[in-house]
Amino acid sequence: MINWSPEQPIVSIHNVHKSFGPLEVLKGVSMDIMKGEVICIIGPSGSGKSTLIRCINALNDIQGGSITLEGQEVHDEKLDKLELRKKVGMVFQQYNLFPHKTVLENVMMAPIKVLKESKVEAQKRALELIKKVRLDGKENSYPGELSGGQQQRVAIARSLAMRPDVMLFDEVTAALDPETVKEVLITIQDLAAEGMTCILVTHEMAFAREVADHIYFTDRGVIVEHGSPKEFFDNASDPRTKEFLSQVL
Amino acid sequence: MAIKYIPVTTQYKQDRLAVLKPFSPKGAAYDEMYFVRWLGGLKLKYVALAALLWPAIAFAQSGGYGMGDAFEALLRWIPFLTFQGFLYNVLISIFAMTIGTVAGMALGLGQLSNISAVRRFAYFTTQIFRNSPWLVILFVILLAFPFEVTVFDITIPIPAWMKAVVGLSLPVMANISEIVRGAVRSVPSTQWEAAESLSFNRTQTMWQIILPQCFKRMIPPWMNWYAILTMATPLCSLLGVGEIITHSRQAMAAENNYPELLVPFYGYALVVFFVYCYPIARLTIALEKRFAFK
Repeated sequence: MINWSPEQPIVSIHNVHKSFGPLEVLKGVSMDIMKGEVICIIGPSGSGKSTLIRCINALNDIQGGSITLEGQEVHDEKLDKLELRKKVGMVFQQYNLFPHKTVLENVMMAPIKVLKESKVEAQKRALELIKKVRLDGKENSYPGELSGGQQQRVAIARSLAMRPDVMLFDEVTAALDPETVKEVLITIQDLAAEGMTCILVTHEMAFAREVADHIYFTDRGVIVEHGSPKEFFDNASDPRTKEFLSQVL
Repeated sequence: MAIKYIPVTTQYKQDRLAVLKPFSPKGAAYDEMYFVRWLGGLKLKYVALAALLWPAIAFAQSGGYGMGDAFEALLRWIPFLTFQGFLYNVLISIFAMTIGTVAGMALGLGQLSNISAVRRFAYFTTQIFRNSPWLVILFVILLAFPFEVTVFDITIPIPAWMKAVVGLSLPVMANISEIVRGAVRSVPSTQWEAAESLSFNRTQTMWQIILPQCFKRMIPPWMNWYAILTMATPLCSLLGVGEIITHSRQAMAAENNYPELLVPFYGYALVVFFVYCYPIARLTIALEKRFAFK
């Protein structure tokens, strides 16, 4: 039996090592995330940010250390990965919507096929979620007919339809036009305000400063520095963090 | 500092600037759809011209048993050649295509299986039948299988045309298998990841998300193989199956095998195949263009 209570970290990452062949991408990363927290992971390209969050829902495997979700070891070989992924929603940089399905079908599909919800129930909830991401009226459009920002919001609704406990956002605004970035960020902010546990990899410094409870700065596979947004942005101590911040702010 | 603009006239551009023009090779692209590209690319006006000139040769000759007599003989035989002959080519092609498609789909999915034994078997089978001469496959099927089977004292004869259908369906199966594998591979891996992160299992991902996306992409190459298969059906005449070439030879024998009969009779077979396959080729190219921008 897994002993986990909401007072304990919902996601606990401990000394994680990950290599792609000879290339070591994560060199002992640790972090604890409490329920309802919003975590932003920032850092230069190739520092292992995306790899780290892909390890949380086992899209990538790890070579050492441990990741637990609600007390359950994620990289346990006996674990049913599909059961795990029901608890973790993920939104990608390139949206990855299903192009042959309408917005409504994209959102309804997983609850019907995976959670075996009834069609009526799934549709009712899908319509609520589409409204929540402010896309009512677009239910019957195909992803190809929507802007990047709209597609990304559908992707968020699609993940939320699985009623996840944790949401992972992998550079979700990196492929968007500056005007549409805002609408996606507002959607994420709404989610955070409702108490959803969110782990974001982002380059939006202003956004991170505003919504994050905790910021992690990674470089070359290690966490260089972490702290509250105020500490992090105003009193960074590590030279690498300072250099990065001087370039992006 | 003021910027000086250098006036560039169109004339100057055209005459002096070295511009590397895009390289555009002529003719049909040599890919897996080469056959329909070539056939469908034939201009209708040349086709019509050829069709008009062909019987005209007949009237260029005179004396003895001439081309005119040969064409008269052909006219008498046309209903027989078409309905006892070419119709069977069409039927054989439809049956072989049906079997080849179903088996090829299964084999193609087998090539993408998670189980390594299944994957290897499917790959091996695909390669064997894709790279063997069709005629050899036909002969093996004809000679390896009995001409009748006995089940509970009931003897069921297996006609040669049925074996021909099986024989022709095997190379088609192997090529459809490659089409399926290629089409599935052409769907970006991010679609798999998105499905995976929504807890879809492999079977669900394949049938609900990947295959519906590549179904359209499979139609043009599938039609390409149908046209190739139809063109290959005269191979069956070597097995004694009643089809257009077998019947043409019989008809010419009945007309005393005058050498003048060769051009009209085989020419007619060529025309019939062309009339049947040309629209398929045109449609295939049109569909390919339509699906390309989706």
